[in-house]
Amino acid sequence: MNTLTTTVRTPAVRRLRALARAELTLLGRNRGVVLTALMVPLSVPFSVRPALDGLDLEKHGVSVGAAMLTAAIGFSFLFAVYTALVNTYVARREELVLKRLRTGEISDTGILTGTALPALTLGLAQALVLCAGCAVLLHAGAPRAPYLTLLGLLAGLVLSAALAALTASFTPTVESGQVTALPLVLVSMTGSGIMFPTEAMPERLASVCELLPLSPAVRLVRAGWTGQLSAYEALGAAATALAWTVVAVFAVRRWFRWEPRR
Amino acid sequence: MNTDGHEHAIEVTGLRRVYGGGFEAVRGITFSVARGEIFALLGTNGAGKTSTVEVLEGLAAPAGGRIRVLGHDPFHERDAVRPRTGVMLQEGGFPAELTVAETARMWAGCTTGARPEHEVLELVGLTGKHGVRVKQLSGGERRRLDLALALLGDPEVLFLDEPTSGLDAEGRRDTWTLVRRLRDAGTTVLLTTHYLEEAEGLADRLAILHEGRIAAYGTPAEVTAGRPSRISFELPDGYFLGDLPPLAALGVCGHENDGKVVRLRTLELQRTATAVLVWAERAGVELRGLDVRPASLEEAFLGIARTGFPPPGRGREQGGEEAA
Repeated sequence: MNTLTTTVRTPAVRRLRALARAELTLLGRNRGVVLTALMVPLSVPFSVRPALDGLDLEKHGVSVGAAMLTAAIGFSFLFAVYTALVNTYVARREELVLKRLRTGEISDTGILTGTALPALTLGLAQALVLCAGCAVLLHAGAPRAPYLTLLGLLAGLVLSAALAALTASFTPTVESGQVTALPLVLVSMTGSGIMFPTEAMPERLASVCELLPLSPAVRLVRAGWTGQLSAYEALGAAATALAWTVVAVFAVRRWFRWEPRR
Repeated sequence: MNTDGHEHAIEVTGLRRVYGGGFEAVRGITFSVARGEIFALLGTNGAGKTSTVEVLEGLAAPAGGRIRVLGHDPFHERDAVRPRTGVMLQEGGFPAELTVAETARMWAGCTTGARPEHEVLELVGLTGKHGVRVKQLSGGERRRLDLALALLGDPEVLFLDEPTSGLDAEGRRDTWTLVRRLRDAGTTVLLTTHYLEEAEGLADRLAILHEGRIAAYGTPAEVTAGRPSRISFELPDGYFLGDLPPLAALGVCGHENDGKVVRLRTLELQRTATAVLVWAERAGVELRGLDVRPASLEEAFLGIARTGFPPPGRGREQGGEEAA
Protein backbone atom coordinates (compact mmCIF):
# COMPACT_ATOMS: atom_id res chain seq x y z
CA MET A 1 0.00 0.00 0.00
CA ASN A 2 2.71 2.48 -0.90
CA THR A 3 0.26 4.28 -3.17
CA LEU A 4 -2.03 5.17 -0.29
CA THR A 5 -2.41 8.82 -1.18
CA THR A 6 -3.38 8.10 -4.76
CA THR A 7 -5.74 5.30 -3.82
CA VAL A 8 -7.48 7.63 -1.42
CA ARG A 9 -7.84 10.53 -3.81
CA THR A 10 -8.22 9.07 -7.26
CA PRO A 11 -11.28 6.85 -6.77
CA ALA A 12 -13.23 9.76 -5.31
CA VAL A 13 -12.44 11.87 -8.36
CA ARG A 14 -13.23 8.99 -10.70
CA ARG A 15 -16.61 8.48 -9.04
CA LEU A 16 -17.41 12.19 -9.28
CA ARG A 17 -16.51 12.16 -12.98
CA ALA A 18 -18.65 9.09 -13.66
CA LEU A 19 -21.68 10.62 -11.96
CA ALA A 20 -21.15 14.06 -13.50
CA ARG A 21 -20.86 12.52 -16.95
CA ALA A 22 -24.17 10.70 -16.53
CA GLU A 23 -25.81 13.89 -15.24
CA LEU A 24 -24.45 15.86 -18.19
CA THR A 25 -25.97 13.31 -20.57
CA LEU A 26 -29.29 13.68 -18.74
CA LEU A 27 -29.02 17.47 -18.80
CA GLY A 28 -28.53 17.37 -22.57
CA ARG A 29 -31.65 15.20 -22.93
CA ASN A 30 -33.88 17.52 -20.92
CA ARG A 31 -34.81 20.13 -23.54
CA GLY A 32 -36.87 22.20 -21.14
CA VAL A 33 -34.01 22.66 -18.72
CA VAL A 34 -31.49 23.40 -21.46
CA LEU A 35 -33.78 25.93 -23.07
CA THR A 36 -34.49 27.72 -19.79
CA ALA A 37 -30.85 27.64 -18.79
CA LEU A 38 -29.78 29.14 -22.12
CA MET A 39 -32.57 31.54 -22.91
CA VAL A 40 -33.39 33.15 -19.59
CA PRO A 41 -30.00 34.65 -18.73
CA LEU A 42 -29.29 35.56 -22.35
CA SER A 43 -32.57 37.40 -22.73
CA VAL A 44 -32.30 39.23 -19.45
CA PRO A 45 -30.16 42.15 -20.59
CA PHE A 46 -33.01 43.05 -22.89
CA SER A 47 -35.87 42.45 -20.48
CA VAL A 48 -34.20 44.26 -17.59
CA ARG A 49 -33.00 47.22 -19.60
CA PRO A 50 -36.23 49.26 -19.54
CA ALA A 51 -36.27 49.12 -15.73
CA LEU A 52 -32.67 50.16 -15.55
CA ASP A 53 -33.24 53.08 -17.89
CA GLY A 54 -35.69 54.48 -15.36
CA LEU A 55 -32.96 54.69 -12.73
CA ASP A 56 -30.24 57.27 -12.59
CA LEU A 57 -27.51 54.68 -12.52
CA GLU A 58 -24.67 56.99 -13.33
CA LYS A 59 -25.39 58.86 -10.11
CA HIS A 60 -24.54 55.63 -8.24
CA GLY A 61 -21.45 55.05 -10.35
CA VAL A 62 -22.87 52.01 -12.13
CA SER A 63 -22.87 51.81 -15.90
CA VAL A 64 -25.89 50.34 -17.68
CA GLY A 65 -23.65 47.66 -19.14
CA ALA A 66 -22.34 46.59 -15.75
CA ALA A 67 -25.83 46.63 -14.24
CA MET A 68 -27.18 44.41 -17.01
CA LEU A 69 -24.26 42.07 -16.83
CA THR A 70 -24.88 41.65 -13.11
CA ALA A 71 -28.53 40.98 -13.78
CA ALA A 72 -27.68 38.35 -16.37
CA ILE A 73 -25.17 36.58 -14.14
CA GLY A 74 -27.61 36.73 -11.24
CA PHE A 75 -30.18 35.04 -13.46
CA SER A 76 -27.55 32.43 -14.28
CA PHE A 77 -27.17 31.67 -10.57
CA LEU A 78 -30.92 31.50 -10.09
CA PHE A 79 -32.02 29.59 -13.18
CA ALA A 80 -29.10 27.70 -14.70
CA VAL A 81 -27.94 26.54 -11.29
CA TYR A 82 -30.42 27.04 -8.44
CA THR A 83 -33.84 26.13 -9.87
CA ALA A 84 -32.34 23.62 -12.30
CA LEU A 85 -30.63 21.80 -9.43
CA VAL A 86 -33.67 21.87 -7.14
CA ASN A 87 -35.44 20.16 -10.00
CA THR A 88 -32.63 17.64 -10.56
CA TYR A 89 -32.14 16.70 -6.90
CA VAL A 90 -35.85 16.15 -6.37
CA ALA A 91 -36.24 14.22 -9.64
CA ARG A 92 -33.32 11.92 -8.76
CA ARG A 93 -34.76 11.36 -5.31
CA GLU A 94 -38.17 10.53 -6.79
CA GLU A 95 -36.59 8.06 -9.22
CA LEU A 96 -34.78 6.50 -6.22
CA VAL A 97 -31.50 7.27 -7.96
CA LEU A 98 -30.07 8.94 -4.85
CA LYS A 99 -31.01 5.96 -2.69
CA ARG A 100 -29.45 3.56 -5.17
CA LEU A 101 -26.26 5.63 -5.34
CA ARG A 102 -26.01 5.52 -1.55
CA THR A 103 -25.80 1.72 -1.70
CA GLY A 104 -22.55 2.15 -3.63
CA GLU A 105 -19.11 3.43 -2.78
CA ILE A 106 -19.65 7.12 -3.59
CA SER A 107 -20.01 9.33 -0.51
CA ASP A 108 -23.06 11.47 0.26
CA THR A 109 -21.09 14.62 -0.51
CA GLY A 110 -19.89 12.99 -3.73
CA ILE A 111 -23.47 12.25 -4.81
CA LEU A 112 -24.62 15.83 -4.29
CA THR A 113 -21.48 17.31 -5.84
CA GLY A 114 -21.36 15.00 -8.85
CA THR A 115 -25.02 15.67 -9.56
CA ALA A 116 -24.39 19.43 -9.39
CA LEU A 117 -21.26 19.57 -11.54
CA PRO A 118 -22.90 19.82 -15.00
CA ALA A 119 -25.23 22.62 -13.88
CA LEU A 120 -22.33 24.42 -12.22
CA THR A 121 -20.24 24.10 -15.36
CA LEU A 122 -23.13 25.38 -17.44
CA GLY A 123 -23.60 28.30 -15.06
CA LEU A 124 -19.90 29.18 -15.17
CA ALA A 125 -19.72 28.93 -18.97
CA GLN A 126 -22.80 31.11 -19.26
CA ALA A 127 -21.33 33.71 -16.92
CA LEU A 128 -18.06 33.85 -18.83
CA VAL A 129 -19.86 34.19 -22.16
CA LEU A 130 -22.03 36.94 -20.67
CA CYS A 131 -18.97 38.77 -19.36
CA ALA A 132 -17.30 38.66 -22.74
CA GLY A 133 -20.51 39.56 -24.57
CA CYS A 134 -21.36 42.47 -22.33
CA ALA A 135 -17.83 43.82 -22.42
CA VAL A 136 -17.93 43.91 -26.19
CA LEU A 137 -21.56 44.58 -27.10
CA LEU A 138 -22.65 46.88 -24.28
CA HIS A 139 -19.38 48.74 -24.03
CA ALA A 140 -19.12 47.84 -20.38
CA GLY A 141 -15.39 47.76 -20.89
CA ALA A 142 -12.92 45.40 -19.27
CA PRO A 143 -13.36 44.62 -15.57
CA ARG A 144 -11.15 46.74 -13.33
CA ALA A 145 -10.77 44.05 -10.68
CA PRO A 146 -11.41 40.73 -12.45
CA TYR A 147 -10.42 38.72 -9.37
CA LEU A 148 -13.45 40.16 -7.56
CA THR A 149 -15.72 39.08 -10.40
CA LEU A 150 -14.19 35.61 -10.32
CA LEU A 151 -14.54 35.39 -6.56
CA GLY A 152 -18.16 36.50 -6.89
CA LEU A 153 -18.83 33.92 -9.59
CA LEU A 154 -17.33 31.17 -7.49
CA ALA A 155 -19.24 32.20 -4.37
CA GLY A 156 -22.49 32.56 -6.29
CA LEU A 157 -22.23 29.20 -8.05
CA VAL A 158 -21.29 27.20 -4.96
CA LEU A 159 -23.93 28.88 -2.82
CA SER A 160 -26.62 28.42 -5.49
CA ALA A 161 -25.89 24.68 -5.57
CA ALA A 162 -25.86 24.40 -1.77
CA LEU A 163 -29.13 26.33 -1.51
CA ALA A 164 -30.63 24.10 -4.22
CA ALA A 165 -29.82 21.01 -2.13
CA LEU A 166 -31.29 22.73 0.92
CA THR A 167 -34.47 23.68 -0.97
CA ALA A 168 -34.71 20.12 -2.30
CA SER A 169 -34.64 18.89 1.31
CA PHE A 170 -38.02 20.53 1.81
CA THR A 171 -39.47 19.83 -1.64
CA PRO A 172 -41.56 16.65 -1.79
CA THR A 173 -42.13 16.46 -5.56
CA VAL A 174 -40.76 17.94 -8.77
CA GLU A 175 -44.00 19.87 -9.25
CA SER A 176 -43.81 21.47 -5.81
CA GLY A 177 -40.28 22.60 -6.66
CA GLN A 178 -41.81 25.37 -8.73
CA VAL A 179 -43.25 26.77 -5.51
CA THR A 180 -40.47 26.03 -3.03
CA ALA A 181 -37.82 27.56 -5.29
CA LEU A 182 -39.82 30.73 -5.76
CA PRO A 183 -39.03 32.60 -2.50
CA LEU A 184 -35.28 32.65 -3.04
CA VAL A 185 -35.71 33.58 -6.71
CA LEU A 186 -37.99 36.52 -5.91
CA VAL A 187 -36.04 37.73 -2.90
CA SER A 188 -32.76 37.54 -4.77
CA MET A 189 -34.06 39.27 -7.88
CA THR A 190 -35.40 42.23 -5.93
CA GLY A 191 -33.15 42.32 -2.89
CA SER A 192 -29.78 41.03 -3.99
CA GLY A 193 -29.10 43.60 -6.66
CA ILE A 194 -30.04 41.49 -9.66
CA MET A 195 -32.99 43.39 -11.12
CA PHE A 196 -31.59 46.74 -9.97
CA PRO A 197 -28.45 47.62 -8.04
CA THR A 198 -28.73 47.82 -4.26
CA GLU A 199 -27.03 51.20 -4.60
CA ALA A 200 -30.33 52.51 -5.89
CA MET A 201 -32.10 51.53 -2.65
CA PRO A 202 -32.56 53.63 0.49
CA GLU A 203 -29.44 53.17 2.58
CA ARG A 204 -30.99 51.36 5.52
CA LEU A 205 -32.85 48.88 3.29
CA ALA A 206 -29.70 48.36 1.22
CA SER A 207 -27.64 47.42 4.27
CA VAL A 208 -30.21 44.76 5.21
CA CYS A 209 -30.40 43.48 1.66
CA GLU A 210 -26.65 43.08 1.56
CA LEU A 211 -27.05 40.23 4.03
CA LEU A 212 -29.30 38.18 1.72
CA PRO A 213 -27.70 34.92 0.49
CA LEU A 214 -26.82 35.90 -3.07
CA SER A 215 -26.15 39.61 -2.39
CA PRO A 216 -22.43 39.25 -1.66
CA ALA A 217 -21.83 37.23 -4.84
CA VAL A 218 -23.69 39.74 -6.99
CA ARG A 219 -21.93 42.62 -5.27
CA LEU A 220 -18.50 41.07 -5.89
CA VAL A 221 -19.28 40.35 -9.54
CA ARG A 222 -20.30 43.97 -10.12
CA ALA A 223 -17.46 45.37 -8.06
CA GLY A 224 -15.06 43.58 -10.36
CA TRP A 225 -16.40 45.81 -13.09
CA THR A 226 -16.79 49.09 -11.27
CA GLY A 227 -13.82 48.68 -8.97
CA GLN A 228 -15.89 50.44 -6.28
CA LEU A 229 -15.33 48.12 -3.36
CA SER A 230 -12.76 48.62 -0.67
CA ALA A 231 -10.72 45.64 0.48
CA TYR A 232 -12.65 45.83 3.75
CA GLU A 233 -16.01 45.71 1.96
CA ALA A 234 -14.84 42.92 -0.32
CA LEU A 235 -13.76 40.84 2.65
CA GLY A 236 -17.08 41.50 4.33
CA ALA A 237 -18.96 40.34 1.25
CA ALA A 238 -16.79 37.22 0.95
CA ALA A 239 -17.34 36.48 4.65
CA THR A 240 -21.12 36.83 4.27
CA ALA A 241 -21.10 34.50 1.26
CA LEU A 242 -18.96 32.00 3.15
CA ALA A 243 -21.24 32.17 6.19
CA TRP A 244 -24.29 31.43 4.04
CA THR A 245 -22.49 28.52 2.37
CA VAL A 246 -21.51 27.03 5.73
CA VAL A 247 -25.08 27.39 7.01
CA ALA A 248 -26.50 25.84 3.83
CA VAL A 249 -24.06 22.91 3.89
CA PHE A 250 -24.75 22.30 7.56
CA ALA A 251 -28.51 22.40 6.96
CA VAL A 252 -28.20 20.02 4.01
CA ARG A 253 -26.22 17.53 6.07
CA ARG A 254 -28.87 17.77 8.73
CA TRP A 255 -32.06 17.75 6.69
CA PHE A 256 -31.44 16.42 3.20
CA ARG A 257 -33.84 13.62 2.31
CA TRP A 258 -32.41 10.80 0.24
CA GLU A 259 -35.65 8.95 -0.32
CA PRO A 260 -39.18 10.00 -1.21
CA ARG A 261 -41.66 10.10 1.64
CA ARG A 262 -43.56 6.86 1.94
CA MET B 1 -10.18 -16.49 1.27
CA ASN B 2 -10.75 -13.57 3.55
CA THR B 3 -8.43 -12.76 6.32
CA ASP B 4 -10.92 -11.12 8.70
CA GLY B 5 -11.36 -14.44 10.46
CA HIS B 6 -15.13 -14.04 10.67
CA GLU B 7 -17.05 -17.18 10.15
CA HIS B 8 -20.24 -15.28 9.42
CA ALA B 9 -20.61 -12.78 6.62
CA ILE B 10 -23.59 -11.17 8.34
CA GLU B 11 -24.37 -11.08 12.04
CA VAL B 12 -27.54 -9.50 13.38
CA THR B 13 -28.22 -9.30 17.11
CA GLY B 14 -31.38 -7.81 18.57
CA LEU B 15 -31.89 -5.51 15.58
CA ARG B 16 -34.63 -2.91 15.92
CA ARG B 17 -35.71 -0.31 13.41
CA VAL B 18 -38.09 2.51 14.23
CA TYR B 19 -39.40 4.99 11.66
CA GLY B 20 -39.85 8.70 12.18
CA GLY B 21 -43.53 8.39 13.06
CA GLY B 22 -42.67 5.95 15.87
CA PHE B 23 -43.63 2.83 13.94
CA GLU B 24 -41.42 -0.06 15.00
CA ALA B 25 -40.91 -2.04 11.79
CA VAL B 26 -38.25 -4.41 13.14
CA ARG B 27 -38.65 -5.51 16.76
CA GLY B 28 -35.51 -7.20 17.91
CA ILE B 29 -34.37 -9.89 15.48
CA THR B 30 -31.28 -12.07 15.65
CA PHE B 31 -29.83 -14.18 12.87
CA SER B 32 -26.59 -14.82 11.07
CA VAL B 33 -25.59 -15.68 7.54
CA ALA B 34 -22.56 -17.88 6.96
CA ARG B 35 -20.07 -17.13 4.24
CA GLY B 36 -21.06 -18.63 0.91
CA GLU B 37 -24.63 -19.19 2.00
CA ILE B 38 -27.92 -18.15 0.39
CA PHE B 39 -30.17 -16.81 3.12
CA ALA B 40 -33.76 -15.80 2.44
CA LEU B 41 -35.94 -13.41 4.43
CA LEU B 42 -39.57 -14.29 3.92
CA GLY B 43 -42.64 -12.52 5.13
CA THR B 44 -45.92 -10.91 4.26
CA ASN B 45 -45.97 -7.29 3.11
CA GLY B 46 -45.06 -5.09 6.05
CA ALA B 47 -43.35 -7.92 7.95
CA GLY B 48 -40.10 -5.92 8.05
CA LYS B 49 -38.06 -7.58 5.27
CA THR B 50 -37.02 -4.45 3.42
CA SER B 51 -36.62 -2.49 6.66
CA THR B 52 -34.14 -5.15 7.80
CA VAL B 53 -32.24 -5.35 4.51
CA GLU B 54 -31.88 -1.56 4.29
CA VAL B 55 -30.15 -1.49 7.65
CA LEU B 56 -27.82 -4.30 6.56
CA GLU B 57 -27.05 -2.39 3.36
CA GLY B 58 -26.03 0.54 5.53
CA LEU B 59 -28.74 2.90 4.28
CA ALA B 60 -30.04 3.55 7.77
CA ALA B 61 -28.78 3.19 11.31
CA PRO B 62 -30.55 0.67 13.54
CA ALA B 63 -32.64 1.96 16.45
CA GLY B 64 -31.20 -0.82 18.56
CA GLY B 65 -29.13 -3.96 18.41
CA ARG B 66 -25.89 -4.73 16.67
CA ILE B 67 -25.12 -5.63 13.06
CA ARG B 68 -21.91 -6.67 11.39
CA VAL B 69 -21.40 -7.16 7.68
CA LEU B 70 -18.01 -8.73 6.94
CA GLY B 71 -17.04 -7.76 10.46
CA HIS B 72 -17.94 -4.08 10.11
CA ASP B 73 -20.81 -1.77 10.95
CA PRO B 74 -22.27 -1.04 7.49
CA PHE B 75 -23.62 2.38 8.49
CA HIS B 76 -20.70 3.88 10.40
CA GLU B 77 -17.93 2.05 8.54
CA ARG B 78 -19.33 2.64 5.12
CA ASP B 79 -15.98 2.86 3.37
CA ALA B 80 -14.90 -0.52 4.72
CA VAL B 81 -18.07 -2.35 3.71
CA ARG B 82 -19.33 -0.80 0.46
CA PRO B 83 -16.53 -1.98 -1.86
CA ARG B 84 -17.29 -5.56 -0.80
CA THR B 85 -21.08 -5.58 -1.09
CA GLY B 86 -23.48 -5.48 -4.01
CA VAL B 87 -27.02 -4.21 -3.59
CA MET B 88 -30.22 -4.61 -5.55
CA LEU B 89 -33.01 -2.49 -4.11
CA GLN B 90 -36.64 -3.48 -4.27
CA GLU B 91 -37.24 -0.82 -6.88
CA GLY B 92 -34.96 0.42 -9.65
CA GLY B 93 -33.25 3.70 -8.95
CA PHE B 94 -31.87 4.50 -12.37
CA PRO B 95 -32.47 7.67 -14.37
CA ALA B 96 -35.16 6.93 -16.95
CA GLU B 97 -33.43 8.82 -19.74
CA LEU B 98 -30.08 7.02 -19.62
CA THR B 99 -29.44 3.97 -21.78
CA VAL B 100 -28.49 0.60 -20.34
CA ALA B 101 -24.87 1.07 -21.39
CA GLU B 102 -24.69 4.61 -19.97
CA THR B 103 -26.17 3.45 -16.67
CA ALA B 104 -23.68 0.59 -16.47
CA ARG B 105 -20.78 2.90 -17.31
CA MET B 106 -21.84 5.30 -14.58
CA TRP B 107 -21.94 2.47 -12.03
CA ALA B 108 -18.66 1.05 -13.19
CA GLY B 109 -17.10 4.47 -12.62
CA CYS B 110 -18.43 4.42 -9.06
CA THR B 111 -17.24 0.87 -8.32
CA THR B 112 -13.77 -0.24 -7.27
CA GLY B 113 -12.37 -3.01 -9.46
CA ALA B 114 -15.46 -3.10 -11.67
CA ARG B 115 -15.75 -5.89 -14.19
CA PRO B 116 -16.29 -4.88 -17.83
CA GLU B 117 -19.89 -3.68 -18.17
CA HIS B 118 -20.69 -5.92 -21.14
CA GLU B 119 -19.72 -8.94 -19.07
CA VAL B 120 -22.31 -8.40 -16.33
CA LEU B 121 -24.95 -7.33 -18.85
CA GLU B 122 -24.33 -10.61 -20.65
CA LEU B 123 -24.63 -12.53 -17.37
CA VAL B 124 -28.19 -11.30 -16.93
CA GLY B 125 -29.13 -11.55 -20.60
CA LEU B 126 -29.24 -7.88 -21.51
CA THR B 127 -26.65 -8.10 -24.27
CA GLY B 128 -28.89 -6.77 -27.01
CA LYS B 129 -30.18 -3.88 -24.92
CA HIS B 130 -27.11 -1.64 -24.56
CA GLY B 131 -28.61 1.28 -26.46
CA VAL B 132 -32.11 1.10 -24.95
CA ARG B 133 -33.17 3.76 -22.48
CA VAL B 134 -34.10 2.58 -19.01
CA LYS B 135 -37.64 3.94 -19.38
CA GLN B 136 -38.21 1.67 -22.38
CA LEU B 137 -37.16 -1.50 -20.56
CA SER B 138 -39.81 -3.89 -19.29
CA GLY B 139 -40.15 -4.39 -15.56
CA GLY B 140 -38.26 -7.67 -15.76
CA GLU B 141 -35.45 -6.14 -17.82
CA ARG B 142 -35.07 -3.39 -15.24
CA ARG B 143 -34.72 -5.98 -12.49
CA ARG B 144 -32.02 -7.70 -14.51
CA LEU B 145 -30.18 -4.44 -15.11
CA ASP B 146 -30.30 -3.82 -11.38
CA LEU B 147 -28.88 -7.28 -10.73
CA ALA B 148 -26.13 -6.73 -13.29
CA LEU B 149 -25.02 -3.53 -11.56
CA ALA B 150 -25.07 -5.22 -8.15
CA LEU B 151 -22.61 -7.74 -9.62
CA LEU B 152 -20.26 -5.15 -11.17
CA GLY B 153 -17.83 -5.07 -8.27
CA ASP B 154 -17.64 -8.84 -7.77
CA PRO B 155 -19.16 -8.48 -4.29
CA GLU B 156 -18.46 -10.85 -1.42
CA VAL B 157 -21.92 -10.19 -0.03
CA LEU B 158 -24.92 -9.64 -2.26
CA PHE B 159 -28.18 -8.11 -1.02
CA LEU B 160 -31.15 -8.84 -3.28
CA ASP B 161 -34.48 -7.28 -2.30
CA GLU B 162 -37.15 -9.21 -4.21
CA PRO B 163 -34.83 -9.97 -7.13
CA THR B 164 -37.39 -11.80 -9.24
CA SER B 165 -40.50 -9.67 -8.77
CA GLY B 166 -41.81 -8.74 -12.20
CA LEU B 167 -39.88 -11.50 -13.96
CA ASP B 168 -41.60 -14.17 -16.02
CA ALA B 169 -41.12 -17.84 -15.16
CA GLU B 170 -38.12 -18.21 -17.44
CA GLY B 171 -36.44 -15.04 -16.20
CA ARG B 172 -36.98 -16.20 -12.66
CA ARG B 173 -35.32 -19.54 -13.34
CA ASP B 174 -32.39 -17.78 -15.04
CA THR B 175 -31.93 -15.59 -11.99
CA TRP B 176 -32.04 -18.61 -9.68
CA THR B 177 -29.37 -20.35 -11.74
CA LEU B 178 -27.21 -17.23 -11.64
CA VAL B 179 -27.63 -16.81 -7.87
CA ARG B 180 -26.71 -20.46 -7.28
CA ARG B 181 -23.63 -20.08 -9.46
CA LEU B 182 -22.58 -17.03 -7.46
CA ARG B 183 -23.07 -18.93 -4.23
CA ASP B 184 -21.02 -21.83 -5.56
CA ALA B 185 -18.26 -19.36 -6.38
CA GLY B 186 -18.26 -18.23 -2.74
CA THR B 187 -20.60 -15.23 -2.73
CA THR B 188 -22.83 -14.79 0.30
CA VAL B 189 -26.38 -13.91 -0.75
CA LEU B 190 -29.10 -12.39 1.39
CA LEU B 191 -32.39 -12.13 -0.46
CA THR B 192 -35.94 -11.24 0.37
CA THR B 193 -38.82 -12.76 -1.49
CA HIS B 194 -42.49 -13.41 -1.26
CA TYR B 195 -42.27 -16.33 -3.66
CA LEU B 196 -42.21 -19.33 -1.38
CA GLU B 197 -40.94 -21.75 -4.00
CA GLU B 198 -38.05 -19.35 -4.54
CA ALA B 199 -37.03 -19.53 -0.90
CA GLU B 200 -37.63 -23.27 -0.74
CA GLY B 201 -35.61 -24.04 -3.85
CA LEU B 202 -32.86 -21.47 -3.50
CA ALA B 203 -32.14 -20.75 0.13
CA ASP B 204 -29.74 -22.74 2.26
CA ARG B 205 -31.39 -21.22 5.29
CA LEU B 206 -34.19 -18.76 5.82
CA ALA B 207 -36.11 -16.73 8.34
CA ILE B 208 -39.81 -15.99 8.20
CA LEU B 209 -40.56 -12.52 9.51
CA HIS B 210 -43.89 -11.64 10.98
CA GLU B 211 -44.74 -8.19 12.33
CA GLY B 212 -41.08 -7.30 12.77
CA ARG B 213 -40.07 -10.50 14.55
CA ILE B 214 -38.63 -13.80 13.39
CA ALA B 215 -41.39 -16.40 13.49
CA ALA B 216 -39.39 -19.29 12.04
CA TYR B 217 -35.70 -19.75 11.33
CA GLY B 218 -33.55 -22.54 9.89
CA THR B 219 -33.12 -24.65 6.78
CA PRO B 220 -36.27 -25.07 4.66
CA ALA B 221 -36.52 -28.64 6.00
CA GLU B 222 -36.25 -27.46 9.60
CA VAL B 223 -38.86 -24.77 9.10
CA THR B 224 -41.34 -27.13 7.47
CA ALA B 225 -40.67 -29.94 9.94
CA GLY B 226 -43.54 -30.23 12.38
CA ARG B 227 -45.84 -28.47 9.97
CA PRO B 228 -48.95 -30.47 9.08
CA SER B 229 -49.43 -32.09 5.68
CA ARG B 230 -52.72 -31.69 3.86
CA ILE B 231 -55.25 -34.08 2.38
CA SER B 232 -58.34 -32.83 0.60
CA PHE B 233 -61.11 -34.55 -1.33
CA GLU B 234 -64.78 -34.22 -2.17
CA LEU B 235 -67.23 -36.18 -0.05
CA PRO B 236 -69.18 -38.61 -2.18
CA ASP B 237 -72.91 -37.83 -2.58
CA GLY B 238 -74.92 -38.93 0.42
CA TYR B 239 -71.92 -39.08 2.72
CA PHE B 240 -71.15 -36.77 5.61
CA LEU B 241 -67.99 -36.04 7.52
CA GLY B 242 -69.32 -38.18 10.39
CA ASP B 243 -69.31 -41.21 8.13
CA LEU B 244 -65.51 -41.21 8.18
CA PRO B 245 -63.73 -43.00 11.02
CA PRO B 246 -63.08 -40.75 14.06
CA LEU B 247 -60.60 -38.14 12.76
CA ALA B 248 -58.39 -37.99 15.84
CA ALA B 249 -57.79 -41.72 15.52
CA LEU B 250 -56.48 -41.11 11.97
CA GLY B 251 -53.85 -38.71 13.20
CA VAL B 252 -55.74 -35.65 11.95
CA CYS B 253 -54.90 -32.50 13.84
CA GLY B 254 -57.28 -30.12 12.12
CA HIS B 255 -59.98 -30.10 9.49
CA GLU B 256 -62.30 -27.91 7.45
CA ASN B 257 -65.48 -28.98 5.73
CA ASP B 258 -67.70 -26.77 3.62
CA GLY B 259 -70.27 -29.55 3.13
CA LYS B 260 -68.63 -30.85 0.00
CA VAL B 261 -64.84 -30.52 0.12
CA VAL B 262 -63.06 -31.90 3.17
CA ARG B 263 -59.62 -30.61 4.11
CA LEU B 264 -57.61 -32.52 6.68
CA ARG B 265 -54.35 -31.52 8.31
CA THR B 266 -52.13 -34.23 9.68
CA LEU B 267 -48.71 -34.75 11.12
CA GLU B 268 -48.76 -38.38 10.08
CA LEU B 269 -49.41 -38.15 6.38
CA GLN B 270 -48.97 -41.81 5.51
CA ARG B 271 -51.19 -43.07 8.32
CA THR B 272 -53.98 -40.58 7.66
CA ALA B 273 -53.88 -41.06 3.90
CA THR B 274 -53.93 -44.83 4.24
CA ALA B 275 -56.88 -44.72 6.62
CA VAL B 276 -58.87 -42.43 4.32
CA LEU B 277 -58.16 -44.59 1.27
CA VAL B 278 -58.94 -47.82 3.09
CA TRP B 279 -62.23 -46.30 4.23
CA ALA B 280 -63.07 -45.27 0.67
CA GLU B 281 -62.15 -48.73 -0.63
CA ARG B 282 -64.35 -50.43 1.92
CA ALA B 283 -67.24 -48.05 1.35
CA GLY B 284 -66.82 -48.53 -2.39
CA VAL B 285 -66.80 -44.79 -3.12
CA GLU B 286 -64.62 -42.58 -5.30
CA LEU B 287 -62.88 -39.60 -3.66
CA ARG B 288 -63.00 -36.94 -6.35
CA GLY B 289 -60.37 -34.19 -6.36
CA LEU B 290 -58.16 -36.22 -4.06
CA ASP B 291 -55.09 -34.15 -3.23
CA VAL B 292 -52.37 -35.28 -0.87
CA ARG B 293 -49.49 -32.91 -0.22
CA PRO B 294 -46.65 -33.00 2.27
CA ALA B 295 -45.79 -30.08 4.51
CA SER B 296 -44.24 -27.24 2.55
CA LEU B 297 -42.86 -23.84 3.22
CA GLU B 298 -46.16 -22.49 2.01
CA GLU B 299 -47.89 -24.36 4.80
CA ALA B 300 -45.47 -22.94 7.34
CA PHE B 301 -45.78 -19.48 5.88
CA LEU B 302 -49.56 -19.44 5.74
CA GLY B 303 -49.72 -20.85 9.24
CA ILE B 304 -47.61 -17.99 10.52
CA ALA B 305 -49.43 -15.37 8.50
CA ARG B 306 -52.76 -16.65 9.88
CA THR B 307 -51.96 -17.25 13.47
CA GLY B 308 -48.81 -15.36 14.24
CA PHE B 309 -46.22 -17.32 16.13
CA PRO B 310 -46.14 -21.08 16.32
CA PRO B 311 -45.35 -22.42 19.77
CA PRO B 312 -41.64 -23.11 19.78
CA GLY B 313 -40.57 -26.72 19.35
CA ARG B 314 -44.02 -28.02 18.53
CA GLY B 315 -45.53 -28.47 15.14
CA ARG B 316 -49.17 -28.13 16.07
CA GLU B 317 -50.91 -24.99 15.02
CA GLN B 318 -52.35 -22.81 17.66
CA GLY B 319 -55.68 -23.78 19.14
CA GLY B 320 -57.57 -20.74 18.00
CA GLU B 321 -57.33 -21.83 14.41
CA GLU B 322 -59.08 -25.16 14.90
CA ALA B 323 -62.30 -23.49 15.81
CA ALA B 324 -62.15 -21.09 12.87
